[in-house]
Amino acid sequence: MAKKKFVVGCFDDEAVLFPAVKKVRSAGYKIHDVYTPFAVHGLDHAMGLRETSLHTAGFIYGITGTSTALGCISWILAKDWPLNFGGKPHFALPAWIPITFELTVLFAAVGMVLTFCYLCQIAPFVKKHHFHARATDDLFVMVIECTEKTNVDDLKSFLSNNGAIETDVQIAEAGWWLGRYDQDELPFENKQTVAA
Amino acid sequence: MASIREQFEIPGKMKTWSLALIGVGLVALVIGLVTKGFSTDEHEQAHFWGTLMYNTIFWTLVCNASMFFICVTTLAMGGWQQSFRRIPEAISTMVPIFGSITFVVLIYIVVSDKHFIYHWLDTEAVAKDPILLGKSGFLNPKFFIIWTTLAIGLWSILGWRMRQISREADEAPMDNESGAKFILRNTVRAAFFTVWFALTVGSTIPWLWMMSIDAHWYSTMYSWYTFASSFVSGMSLIALWVIYMKNKGYLELTTQDHLHDIGKFMFAFSIFWTYLWFSQYMLIWYANIPEETVYFKHRVQGPYKGIFFLNLIINFICPLLILMKRSAKRNYTLVTFMAVLILFGHWLDFYQMVMGSLSKETVTLGWLDFGILSLFVGLMILFVGRSLASKPLIVKYHPFLKESIIHQV
Repeated sequence: MAKKKFVVGCFDDEAVLFPAVKKVRSAGYKIHDVYTPFAVHGLDHAMGLRETSLHTAGFIYGITGTSTALGCISWILAKDWPLNFGGKPHFALPAWIPITFELTVLFAAVGMVLTFCYLCQIAPFVKKHHFHARATDDLFVMVIECTEKTNVDDLKSFLSNNGAIETDVQIAEAGWWLGRYDQDELPFENKQTVAA
Repeated sequence: MASIREQFEIPGKMKTWSLALIGVGLVALVIGLVTKGFSTDEHEQAHFWGTLMYNTIFWTLVCNASMFFICVTTLAMGGWQQSFRRIPEAISTMVPIFGSITFVVLIYIVVSDKHFIYHWLDTEAVAKDPILLGKSGFLNPKFFIIWTTLAIGLWSILGWRMRQISREADEAPMDNESGAKFILRNTVRAAFFTVWFALTVGSTIPWLWMMSIDAHWYSTMYSWYTFASSFVSGMSLIALWVIYMKNKGYLELTTQDHLHDIGKFMFAFSIFWTYLWFSQYMLIWYANIPEETVYFKHRVQGPYKGIFFLNLIINFICPLLILMKRSAKRNYTLVTFMAVLILFGHWLDFYQMVMGSLSKETVTLGWLDFGILSLFVGLMILFVGRSLASKPLIVKYHPFLKESIIHQV
């Protein structure tokens, strides 16, 4: 995990945010993320995010569930310990379908929830830097990652000109780390998050 | 909306093709009628009338599913379907036409006392049979005729009322108040249709028309199964027409996003159909009671084995694996292929539901089935095309139209 320098621009209107996102992208800046109080339709498209692969993962988990169920039941009931249930054949496929279905759903659901948490970097006892507290309330917060070449002042005024009501520069941890929100500690010595 | 082509003109090719299909169908119908329909052999008669019966019931229910689609989306306050709602509306104009064919065929079968099709028509056998005697309040010619007339009549009338109110949105822009009133009236009319639909397609009609061929056997799943079959085929038919119109350069406001949602319906209701297929099959397989397994005996272990499981592959495995991906539901070619496959699969399903009971020893699938099928497909293309051409293709002033234009999945 590395600390990076970010320029943060806050917008109070979706209609302003969209053209700003497009302009920032076409100006060549790299958008780290946009934090919004609610899901904004079409923002992923405007930001140029690729389609999520969560559903492919879900399919793989589902297939795993199907084969686990069928493999287990058929081995147990047809090979290892065959029992006679009401004169049905040992390999009684129709009777296994409900369990197979349930296990498929269980694997897919649990697997996708965990994958989703991993992709979004959310988990219990894990902390992530908040660029602006009002992103959870009423502000759309666009975070732009800086490189050595980025002129911070230019970028700030660029954001302001495109409708940002508030801009600042932060040096922050980009990923997630073990920590708790109710205890104000950071994994690094430097507690200063707001730089000039 | 200057660039929108509102008026559909029937291409000459479509007319030629539909008339050719009808011609082929009529030839098959006449040959079938002469050689089988009026034959003295009961098997031949059952073959002909059964084939006609499942085709006409299938197409009536499939076209009626279009109106059901409009009504449920209206009740759910859906907006996304407005940009192409004239397509399902046009398809639903087939209900009176196919409905009257169904009516004639069924009433003829009942009135001419064809007890080799409906065993419960045989009054002497019923009098000696405690099971059929117990069902005779439901399975008797009088009730059959009244309920069939009511069902087809009310589908047609309530559907016509839905289409009439849709025409009002062509005339003039609506303000908030008149728009809200318009939506409320839409909702009320859709509710009437949906309730009647539930009482007929959702319960009694498949029991009466198709399940009563096996007069002793019953399954409470049967109607839902038939409904799922006809609804998923109905969505496929809508998809086909939408894609056809897009190819011809109409429906500018309908995009991949709308196709994606139609594809979702096709995918989801294929799964729903399988759920009912399995629920019906598994319970009977598990209990293994002769009174119940009699329906599946010749289908699972007899001559219909191939069709029975092919049915499951076409209607479950294919949609499940092929339509699962997002990109597949947004691909015009793939959706066209799947829609044709699903329509064929459910037509085959109706085939085995009816003919599997009428001709237990031999599979009759042959020239007659495809001939009659081509008659119905031809009629469908001809009349849906005409109906599309008779109205503007876009509900210009519908309050929810904008919702449909900006629809994004």
